[in-house]
Amino acid sequence: MAAPPRRSLLVLFAGLLVFASLATRATAIYEDQVGLADWHQKYIGKVKQAVYHSQKSGRRRVVVLTEENVISSLDLRSGDIFWRHVIDKNDPLDQLSLSHGKYVLTLSSGGTILRAWNLPDGQMIWETNLRTSAASNPQLHVMSNNKVAKDNLVLVSAGRWIYAVSSIDGAISWEKEFSIDGLEIKRILQSPENDVVYALGLAGSSKLALYHLSAKTGEILKDIQESLPGGLCGETVLGCDNVLVALDKARSSLLLIELKGERISYNKVLVSDLVQDLSGSFKLQSLSNGVISLQTSSSISLLKLKGTDGLEVIQRFDQPAAVSDSLTITEKGEAFAVVQHLGSEIEFIVKFTSDLSSEIIREKVNIDQNRGNVEKVFLNSYIRTDKSHGFRALVVMEDHSLLLIQQGEVVWSREDGLASIVDVTTSELPVEKDGVSVADVEHNLFEWLKGHMLKLKGTLMLANADEVAAIQALRLKSSEKNKMTRDHNGFRKLLVVLTKAGKVMALHTGDGRVIWSNLLPSLRASRFGGTPSALRIYQWQVPHNIVMRENPSVLVVGKSGAESSTPGVFSILDSYSGEELNSMKLDHSVVQIIPLTLKDSSEQRVHLIVDSNSNAHLYPKSPDALNVFLHEMSNLYFYSVDIQANVIKGYSLQKSCGLNLGDEYCFSTKELWSIIFPSDSERIAISETRKMNEVVHTQAKIIGDHDVMYKYLSKNLVFVATLSPKAAGDIGSALPEEASLVAYLIDAVTGRILHRVTHHGAQGPVHAVLSENWVVYHYFNLRAHRFEMAVIEIYDQSRADNKDVMKLVLGKHNLSAPITSYARPEVAVKSQSFFFTHSVKAMAVTQTAKGITSKQLLIGTIGDQVLALDKRYLDPRRSVNPTQQEKEEGIIPLTDSLPIIPQSFVTHSHQVEALRGIVSIPSKLESTTLVFTYGVDLFYTQLAPSRTYDSLTDEFSYALLLITIAVLVGAIIVTWIWSEKKELRDKWR
Amino acid sequence: MAPPRRALLALAALLSLSLAAAAFQSDELLLNDDDEFEGVGARPSAPSPPAAPAVSSSRRRSADAPLPGAGESNAVQFTLEHDLGGGKGFVPAGTFSARLKTFAHGTQTLTKLRFTRNDLTEDDKVAFKKLLQEDGFYTIRLPSNVLDTTKKHNVVSSIKARCIPRDSLDEHIVIHMDGVNILAVNYGSVGGCQYPRPMKLPSKWTFSSYTILKTAEQAPRTPSFADQLIEADNGLGEVMKPPEKSFWAKYWMYIIPLGLIVMNAVTAAANIPEEAAGQGQPGAERAPAAAAGRRR
Repeated sequence: MAAPPRRSLLVLFAGLLVFASLATRATAIYEDQVGLADWHQKYIGKVKQAVYHSQKSGRRRVVVLTEENVISSLDLRSGDIFWRHVIDKNDPLDQLSLSHGKYVLTLSSGGTILRAWNLPDGQMIWETNLRTSAASNPQLHVMSNNKVAKDNLVLVSAGRWIYAVSSIDGAISWEKEFSIDGLEIKRILQSPENDVVYALGLAGSSKLALYHLSAKTGEILKDIQESLPGGLCGETVLGCDNVLVALDKARSSLLLIELKGERISYNKVLVSDLVQDLSGSFKLQSLSNGVISLQTSSSISLLKLKGTDGLEVIQRFDQPAAVSDSLTITEKGEAFAVVQHLGSEIEFIVKFTSDLSSEIIREKVNIDQNRGNVEKVFLNSYIRTDKSHGFRALVVMEDHSLLLIQQGEVVWSREDGLASIVDVTTSELPVEKDGVSVADVEHNLFEWLKGHMLKLKGTLMLANADEVAAIQALRLKSSEKNKMTRDHNGFRKLLVVLTKAGKVMALHTGDGRVIWSNLLPSLRASRFGGTPSALRIYQWQVPHNIVMRENPSVLVVGKSGAESSTPGVFSILDSYSGEELNSMKLDHSVVQIIPLTLKDSSEQRVHLIVDSNSNAHLYPKSPDALNVFLHEMSNLYFYSVDIQANVIKGYSLQKSCGLNLGDEYCFSTKELWSIIFPSDSERIAISETRKMNEVVHTQAKIIGDHDVMYKYLSKNLVFVATLSPKAAGDIGSALPEEASLVAYLIDAVTGRILHRVTHHGAQGPVHAVLSENWVVYHYFNLRAHRFEMAVIEIYDQSRADNKDVMKLVLGKHNLSAPITSYARPEVAVKSQSFFFTHSVKAMAVTQTAKGITSKQLLIGTIGDQVLALDKRYLDPRRSVNPTQQEKEEGIIPLTDSLPIIPQSFVTHSHQVEALRGIVSIPSKLESTTLVFTYGVDLFYTQLAPSRTYDSLTDEFSYALLLITIAVLVGAIIVTWIWSEKKELRDKWR
Repeated sequence: MAPPRRALLALAALLSLSLAAAAFQSDELLLNDDDEFEGVGARPSAPSPPAAPAVSSSRRRSADAPLPGAGESNAVQFTLEHDLGGGKGFVPAGTFSARLKTFAHGTQTLTKLRFTRNDLTEDDKVAFKKLLQEDGFYTIRLPSNVLDTTKKHNVVSSIKARCIPRDSLDEHIVIHMDGVNILAVNYGSVGGCQYPRPMKLPSKWTFSSYTILKTAEQAPRTPSFADQLIEADNGLGEVMKPPEKSFWAKYWMYIIPLGLIVMNAVTAAANIPEEAAGQGQPGAERAPAAAAGRRR
């Protein structure tokens, strides 16, 4: 009889042990867990200017300025970032230059801010604010070998101002404002003797002015003005020392203007004499020594100046090509590079300006077809081992990537298109099958053997540092998380991203590597005008059961021009290979894209595209999709938010659109409701809806006193925030009395305003997130001088009496009754606001597979980090002294501000520079969600808002479990023997 | 004059804010007293009672100001237009009349809203029947500004026509106001609207209308606990702890199952001796029998 209790005691003990090993999980991750489930990638964006370090400085570096407003120093050998600064979008960088060989100078905000950065480490040395009217095209000129002053002067021109700034400390040595109205300084030059500065300006369209200034004091030595008949369009280049080449206003002829002595003389050359096809715009670029490149939309011509008499075409490149600026090579003169496409290769040609007929280098480089055309070339020279001059070039491609080419090879490449992600969607990986793989990882015998040798070395501790790194890389590559197949937990996915350049790329969630990329032809800038823009990316086909064999596909929607009325483009890509399956040019514009929950028989998602005439077009255009759609059409409504007109309108769909009756996939719309905000007191700041894929697990919320509250779960709920016109500006621009924010909760089917609340003294910017039955929004409180976050929870009162269990049993409840938006909802609203320390760049909420796991708000802070804030902190039912029942329910006592716990930063030590968006993707494991954050940088991690309750963590001690089981089995056997013996003894007694 | 009044208003707003939780349901109460077709906004946002003296002064002021649309000094009228489908467009269907109240600080609100519906003509009835048969939308619209109706901006609201008919045509109009601007109008049926919608003709072709004016609620101030923290430091803000629950109240859910188990065990234990006793009993029975036999 004694044995069983002892056994159960042991079981209990073992159970406790197991529990203890499980309980040692941490809320945040430990230092050694960084990088296990997360990755961070740094980018800089499309390079628009680059300057190389001088020959003398030891390490080979290049400083670049990009369209994402980043200034960065890159290693020329590897393309790695030495340092990088992301400047705020309000302060656009215009010009970049080097001074003294140790400072990087940047001119920003239309020539009003000049900064110097330390070249080796990127620290800011000084900053000078220049008092100019912000000009569109400010110029920066660093005076070379200036013997006038001890330090090099930096000349900044913007509009009709010229400043001379000392490059040592940023002090302004002199400033000059020219008196001509509308003058814009186009170019600053210096005389060979360095004591005279020439400033060339253009006033209006026809008046040319040349000033001779003293480099020491800035006083005007000479002033020449000349009116040119016909006018100029503003594009001017300096052909050679004293000849200016300018395009006239009609863009049909070039003016060769000679600036000799006292007067300006000019000569006219028709462009059509030089280049035949004159379609689109063209661009002039000076290559010094009288060589000018003329770029039209289809070709590039190299022109040579013959004094002021005329121009001569020397060479013409008909393939897409790009020309670099000229580079001074000691004593030999100046060189420039031309990169042109030749089939699948690009040709890198370097020439001297003094001798255009011969070429120093002509190399063919093989590049990826998915990079598009060459857009920019930055030439650099180096001394070869045999003391001759070698050339290399940074090449900016159409997809915004940056390549370094040298000796006929691509030395390194950076996928900087990923710095400008427009939209993100996800795709599942293929199911694991033999012989099925997306990107075949080469697994030949030799590689395999090598890997095993390395591993053997590692285990025998014979490996050196490099080999250890190689082993680590191998482990990572073969590790579970980087496989190209679907996993049980749904952690491995493809992040399909659409970039501004119109390139679609698939990133593996395991390590962030690019699986495939495709520069969409339909979104490439056509050579005859029109700049297409990528708009959105959606899941097009997600095969489940019916068409299991097919690959999933994604839909990319763009438009072919800048205006809203330009026709849209449509492209469907295979998610596994990136292949373009279908692409079409739409015959209507794209204003709104509405992915519907409907699917046709081939599991293609049905999408509605609303054009600028308020007609809705159905895609895919198949009879099957039409059938599915027509069946549901009477229950489909949509709404549009017009921020310009300050109006929200709701629509229903009607059969056949007005213009062409033959098109059965086109539907006209009927305006059902409208909300007009009075423009003098309210302007729409933001509108937010629930995510389409959001899953809510329970519609009821059981509160502490065993009462039930029913959530108002409507997919049609729209949150709109309006600001008083003055409150939309910067903080400090409005008084608290003038500023107010009105929050609306609107039903998008009927236009019913469910809730409306005014926050007085509140100011934008507003960020909001809507999920389940709550909305959280962030704004600035001018009265409290702090940021605030407010929460509104909305509950359905019409179901509030469904608490009786008997009713539920007898079916006398209305829980299963169909809900229609036309019934007047009885809602109760609870709200509360809290102070919050940070300003916010983006907000999102975690999404899980079944919606059981508690939610966390993902807040992109001003420091470019992501903070995970538990939704429980934003509970309107928080009170100062919660009752015992409420405490048991998990209500946190009310505090006036939301806590920022340092461990809850999802991005831990990383910064996602210029953070723009946060996407939460549910994994198959309910507890875990995948978070992808993008800005200039990319960051991905896995997040478990309520800890990983449904799986064992990676740190789970299996050894301990095994030991416990072994001990247990041993104990059972021992006690069994004991009890047997005891029984035997008892029987013999 | 103005600052104290503003303070008074703020006080009133604060007072009413303390009732904020109950405030939203006040609409429902207003719904029922439908003899007068008038409604005022939600309680917290209607600062009319404390501002009563301001009305009289402002009335004079607003009387000076020329008001369009109405001959009366501060009464305004605006029309409700409806669209019965069939491509006829919007036609006037009723008139709202209200009093314009101007506050000292210049803001204007509408009070005492009354609504009179025009009677439906035979054509209208036919059109409405057609709408019911098609399960179409019945659409109404109001001008977006009650004073300046020339702007031609209209707020629109629609409902499936089949939601409206009960005995008569029952409609429920909620007008969201911001000063003299109509932000939105929510048009709906009085009761629910079941789905799927059955075709049903009203027995009386008259509209019975319920109208409510709504203005924005004010958000409560974010609580600030700086004072309370100081209080707590001084030991003044001691919180009353809820009375400690009895042992039984706390642990009954553990004790009852435990008790059940114990009882189970006891009965089981009781059974074993019984069994043992049961085995002994036949012998015991026999023994008296034997004894009896012997007696015999």
